Amino acid sequence: MHMADALISPAVGGTMWAASAGLAAWSAHKLKKEMSETKTPMMGVLAAFVFAAQMINFTIPGTGSSGHLAGGLILAILLGPYAAFLAMFSILTVQALFFADGGLLALGCNVFNMGFWACFVAYPLIFRKIAGDRPGRGRLIAGATLAGVVALQLGAFGVVLETLFSGISELPFGTFVLLMQPIHLAIGIVEGLVTAALVAFVWKARPELVAPAASADPAVRPASVRPVLATFAVLALVTGGFLSWFASAHPDGLEWSMGRTSGKEELEAPAGGVHGKLAALQEKTAFLPDYDFKSGDNAAAEAASPGQPAPAEANEPEEQPESWPAVSAGNSLSGILGGAIVLALAGMIGLSLRFFRRTD
Amino acid sequence: MPRIDSALRDVGALDALAAGDSPVHRLDPRAKLLATAACIVTVVSFPKHEFAELAPLALFPVAILAAARVPFGLIGRYLLLASPFAVMVGIFNPIFDRAVATHWGPMAVSGGWLSFLSILARFVLTAGAALALLASTGYVNVCAGLGKLGAPRVLVTQFLLLYRYLFILADEGARMVRAHALRSRTGRPAALRVWGSLAGHLLLRAHDRGARLHAAMLARGFDGSLRPLRALSWSRADGAFLAGSLAFFALVRFGHLAERLGRLTLEVLR
Repeated sequence: MHMADALISPAVGGTMWAASAGLAAWSAHKLKKEMSETKTPMMGVLAAFVFAAQMINFTIPGTGSSGHLAGGLILAILLGPYAAFLAMFSILTVQALFFADGGLLALGCNVFNMGFWACFVAYPLIFRKIAGDRPGRGRLIAGATLAGVVALQLGAFGVVLETLFSGISELPFGTFVLLMQPIHLAIGIVEGLVTAALVAFVWKARPELVAPAASADPAVRPASVRPVLATFAVLALVTGGFLSWFASAHPDGLEWSMGRTSGKEELEAPAGGVHGKLAALQEKTAFLPDYDFKSGDNAAAEAASPGQPAPAEANEPEEQPESWPAVSAGNSLSGILGGAIVLALAGMIGLSLRFFRRTD
Repeated sequence: MPRIDSALRDVGALDALAAGDSPVHRLDPRAKLLATAACIVTVVSFPKHEFAELAPLALFPVAILAAARVPFGLIGRYLLLASPFAVMVGIFNPIFDRAVATHWGPMAVSGGWLSFLSILARFVLTAGAALALLASTGYVNVCAGLGKLGAPRVLVTQFLLLYRYLFILADEGARMVRAHALRSRTGRPAALRVWGSLAGHLLLRAHDRGARLHAAMLARGFDGSLRPLRALSWSRADGAFLAGSLAFFALVRFGHLAERLGRLTLEVLR
């Protein structure tokens, strides 16, 4: 479920970074205000525990294949939502830096998909409601499983939406949803069962580790739906602000996503007007007029191969209502040649740098 | 993530590389962080069918890796291990977008293949830049840079503590796995109940360790933040590196380098 930088646009990456960074700052503020530093070492150790627990594989009941723990939910149960969110942030950062699992720009998306839903939605609104203050084994398992399923479904849906709005992948919305949701239903059930097994053990061995998180510590008691609503409000504001700023800097990404969304009939009325305005804006802000790859090249390509683009267009008329200018100057033969030369140059520079380092 | 134990060994290898000394190592972590972020944003800001124009950006990670004397093989292995998600999602592009977008000589190329190639190039560049940052800077220094750039103190402390405990707990986990493997008859991974007890014991030990650690830290005057051994200092070289990198990214983004160089070469050949 780790998104990669390769599949997201700057607008989506930036928006999700803003959301995740805002949540992190807010969590840090909450932790600082409402409790001492007692939790700091515990957060570090338990985040490291999630990595270590991933080394211990287990047999998934009934299938014989093995799985591992993702961690957001167990951290929320043991640390409370704020500390757990920061712990997930750190886990995903280490994964992004050391394992190249998910990129640095996509980190905002990943933290939101895997941290926010588990810590601020699934834990307070589902697990706590079902498990209550003195959970029995059945309630524990039911709460953890349902919370795991919901967290992963929402996270997977987030991946779909972020990918769709980025517009790098061609996967249609329906196909992607049908790919992601069932897989993550299975993963979510397993995550829930594993979390329940762990919590059940801790509950038996050291009930105070689970219990204070449930009742005594005021910092841990989540303020119900308010943070969730606040996050969505901020997210909406940031999306609007960021996208509009972005529109003037780099029209084609937004134009494309607008075209795509209006084609998908999710965003109805404003798309046409904005689309037209953006097109005009794009004309004005074309960077290098002599590389007129917006319309001129397209016409040239069609002239060069008459008839060929037409049947292809006819195949998917609703996909591309106005033919999206797929041709950009850089992908012509000379562009490819130039790219290859630059790559070779880069390699040579690398080798020579290394050579000089060796000789001195 | 079954490859976690081998990956953790690689983490050690990367950090050992970061402990080296070179002009790149000596740059301020903030300069490298900002330059890397700018590189990634530049890569992803290209239109989705673009890939030849991405090629010049390879110079950034390649130069850093070369100057920091990081073996390219290690980075290549990392990239290969991390690639499945981008490749799996990207491979659908040629299926869904079959409109002919351009011609390379006699060969007609569909938009889907162009965008797939673009996704691959994006992946290699972004992940490569991140790994180059880490291998030439080191995790602890990256965290110090983040803190100086305004990341919340609790978060930075959390980053550092996680890293400190990662290896200790991973070793403990590995010992448990080995012990279980030696005692189990089937050789299969643990059943869920057994897993709960194994991981639960690991958790309890981790928890106790955390409590001891906290007591020890309090005894030494811990006030919620970890201090770096070396204070960061921004020198003229850092400013030059950052400004140069940004200028290079702007040139690549708006200068159509690959296209121009290709045309020039073709003209010279004629």
